[in-house]
Amino acid sequence: MFQRNYETVFILTPVLSDVQMKDTVDKFVNLLKEEGADVINVENWGLKRMAYTIEKKTTGFYVMVEFKAVPTIIRKFELEFRRDEKVMRFLTTVLDKHSLAYAEKRRKGEFNKKVEAKEEPAQ
Amino acid sequence: MTLVNEPINRGEIRKKYCRFKKYGIKYIDYKDPNYLLKFVNEQGKILPRRLTGNSAKYQRKVAQAIKKARHLALLPFVTDGLK
Repeated sequence: MFQRNYETVFILTPVLSDVQMKDTVDKFVNLLKEEGADVINVENWGLKRMAYTIEKKTTGFYVMVEFKAVPTIIRKFELEFRRDEKVMRFLTTVLDKHSLAYAEKRRKGEFNKKVEAKEEPAQ
Repeated sequence: MTLVNEPINRGEIRKKYCRFKKYGIKYIDYKDPNYLLKFVNEQGKILPRRLTGNSAKYQRKVAQAIKKARHLALLPFVTDGLK
């Protein structure tokens, strides 16, 4: 089956309790698993200050999910985002070979050792 | 007041280079705002190629990354005193 690598970042409204936040994140991850996608990495960036207010809120709970999936399930996945009102914003991007290599490097933590040297490290 | 164009000091203008070609960077990450800040001016607007010195291909990638970052509220659409 032809599978592509995707990366989704979504923002949850900050008014939720920790439990609710965890449940929402798990809900989306489980939805992916049910659809036969294999979730490579889930990152909670936690509560971050946003550059502008969304839905009258200035902070948001950022979550990033990297997964490999059949392209047809993306529609259902994003439909679920639109339905869930706890999610303020989401962005799904497809990963080509360069961004995939970058993502793997990022997961291995090659970047945060040296604090983002003057130049992005040569890849 | 005679119209005299001031002498342009040649020395100061150094050859601009595309940092992506020079350092072999292939992917510009939209999730990393402080790297994208280098390509945005005080008000959060995208800097033109003649200032950043990027090649066309990478300037397009930078522009796309900045727009994605703006969508995710990692970068503002318009502000003042961003840096």
